[in-house]
Amino acid sequence: MTEKTVFTQKLGKIYGIYTGVFMAFVIALGIAEQMGLQAKYIGWTFMGVTIAVYAAIGIMSRTAKISEYYVAGRQVPAFFNGMATGSDWMSAASFIGMAGTIYAFGYDGLAYVMGWTGGYVLLAVFLAPYLRKFGQYTIPDFLGARYGGNTARTLGIIAAIIASFTYLIAQVTGVGIITSRFLGIPFNVGVFVGLGGILVCSMLGGMRAVTWTQVAQYIILIIAYLVPVTVMSYKTTGVPIPQLMYGQVLQKIDVKEKELITSPAEQAVRDLWKKRAEDFDAKIKALPASLDEEKKALDAKLAALLTDAPAKDKEAIQKSIKDLPKTPEEAKEKWTDAKKAAAGNAKTPKPYLQPFARMDMLNMLALTFCLMVGTAGLPHILMRFYTVPSVKAARSSVAWSLFFIFLLYFTAPAYAAFAMNEVLTNIIGQSIATLPPWVASWTKVGLVSIKDMNGDGILQLAELTIKPDAIVLATPEIAGLPYVIAGLVAAGGLAAALSTADGLLLTISNALSHDLYYKMVNPKASILRRLTISRTLLVISAAVAAYVGTYKLAIIVELVAWAFSLAAASFFPALVMGIWSKRANKTGAVAGMIVGLGITLFYMIGSRFYGLDWFGIKTVSSGIFGIPIGFITIWIVSRLTAEPSHEMQEFVENVRYPKGALKAEEAHE
Amino acid sequence: MIDRAKLVAYWRENQKLTTITLIIWFLVSYGAAMMVNSLNNITILGFPLGYYMGAQGSLIVFVLLIANYARKMNQIDKKYGLAEEE
Repeated sequence: MTEKTVFTQKLGKIYGIYTGVFMAFVIALGIAEQMGLQAKYIGWTFMGVTIAVYAAIGIMSRTAKISEYYVAGRQVPAFFNGMATGSDWMSAASFIGMAGTIYAFGYDGLAYVMGWTGGYVLLAVFLAPYLRKFGQYTIPDFLGARYGGNTARTLGIIAAIIASFTYLIAQVTGVGIITSRFLGIPFNVGVFVGLGGILVCSMLGGMRAVTWTQVAQYIILIIAYLVPVTVMSYKTTGVPIPQLMYGQVLQKIDVKEKELITSPAEQAVRDLWKKRAEDFDAKIKALPASLDEEKKALDAKLAALLTDAPAKDKEAIQKSIKDLPKTPEEAKEKWTDAKKAAAGNAKTPKPYLQPFARMDMLNMLALTFCLMVGTAGLPHILMRFYTVPSVKAARSSVAWSLFFIFLLYFTAPAYAAFAMNEVLTNIIGQSIATLPPWVASWTKVGLVSIKDMNGDGILQLAELTIKPDAIVLATPEIAGLPYVIAGLVAAGGLAAALSTADGLLLTISNALSHDLYYKMVNPKASILRRLTISRTLLVISAAVAAYVGTYKLAIIVELVAWAFSLAAASFFPALVMGIWSKRANKTGAVAGMIVGLGITLFYMIGSRFYGLDWFGIKTVSSGIFGIPIGFITIWIVSRLTAEPSHEMQEFVENVRYPKGALKAEEAHE
Repeated sequence: MIDRAKLVAYWRENQKLTTITLIIWFLVSYGAAMMVNSLNNITILGFPLGYYMGAQGSLIVFVLLIANYARKMNQIDKKYGLAEEE
């Protein structure tokens, strides 16, 4: 038996035991809950234990070797790199948001499911094996080596930092939401607590520690995702295979929806919403006078109250007065939002299964394309393929990565369908006073809202709003499961956010310490100095991300989608052409990256803020223009300028053939 | 030294496999999405086929495509004597 298989088997054993112990731990907590352990302590135990495990792995994997710090010594077997890539890839958005997006968008939401998986096909055939053959440390490394000089490398550094940093802030925000909700600590404190968890993993052991922690995090997140929906499937259909059984549920949803859409009570509620939207519209048009009138009316109401009126009534009116917008500008903003929300509720709902009801076909396909190419262009994913022992392993590792991601993604539509079925059959049409307790607890945190428009005391579909982020987190309660499952789901969400944050932080600090400092500023720096700088930058980037995260900027979610288009339009064309075209040269690549990035940014900002509109494409799919234009620019400019040197063409040849790839053991400096 | 003709032939085979992989990739995702309304007329286990392709079908094909690509490429490496030294 070779040393390699012994290593793989040992890993299998360790993670096998780990999985068993984790499940035993969940069951033990479940028993403790039955015996009276309070929900609060369950939350604390879950968070404390999982973060302690990640930290322990981080400390055990500490290293002072460059190749271990940057690429885990290139010793990660394909299977385990697949798991690590899976959790590196699946972020808070995949774990918490994906099923909710499908719930809200129906068929059109599947753009995310296809986009975030189909990108791996592009990664497999265009990039992963060749990057492994090239065998350096970062993605800007490849751009620097292939196109020569510092310009391409510098553009790579800038693009890597922009894409990774926006994405990182979103993860930090996710960590803050989960810790604050399940630990009951303030959001800002939660952000920094989570940050500590991220740093102990990545600081001491770099890529090596991050890899083994990510494998551990994958195991937790996939268990946490599958358990609640499996139980829900068993409860609803009698078969615990949600991915297969939700076909029946889709049929039920379809029937129920048709009933609801035509019901007179629903129509009445929609008319009331329409009226309300018109009222807001009138009020907005009559500003600023309407704001004064509103205030006067409330004051009059307060004055008219009898002295012996219940304190409750008085307080309610006082609160309405306090909540009134302070300025006409603020009133305009608030009322426009309210008008939009009301108008949205007034619309006849489109059937869940109807394609292109919420996004037209062109936009759905464009979004799918941008997400796919972006997936194949994000540096924190690409660099994972430097860590495997061979080109062969890189190829099979992409397959394993997608397989592990697939397990979650092909369950997400089932999650959405079961949640939708539960809402339509058990919540709608019930008396509002006797709704299950989860409705109230999620209303409190603002993710669910109910308004009895027609005052009949019965909940109509048009009277209920559920935010997409509530679907996965609330499912354990929707299905009436013990609190320990909710704790498990929270631990899974935390694992998803932390693992992605780890990978992103490494990408950022490596771009700065390796590409900028070592390769461009001080090539003579000692190993100790390089590692010290990298670790320092890690702490600084994490602190900056956490600080920005505490502002809870609403634009973050949007920025994440932008990061995909930006990565897609900057990295992907230059990387692919660098491998697939010997003729592509430095001038072409630099021009292509600048033009691709420029056009994408131009359309993003233009369409988001200045009403720019090309073929009706939405801002989120801005990359659809930048990607092809980037490719064409590289091709044309390269043709017009001098051919790359003979050595460079040999370099391309060399990347294409697996023979002679750097082996794991050789990777030391 | 490996001769040039062999390298060229190796790269051709790679390009061919890549092209076939991408055609299938395109058909199951974009192709199926463009024909979703006609596919939805077929229902299997309660799933309208068009919806199913977007939700699960295309994903299954992606996984198989990459696994097949990895296996085939490793064979092609061996065939041309370009596989890595063990």
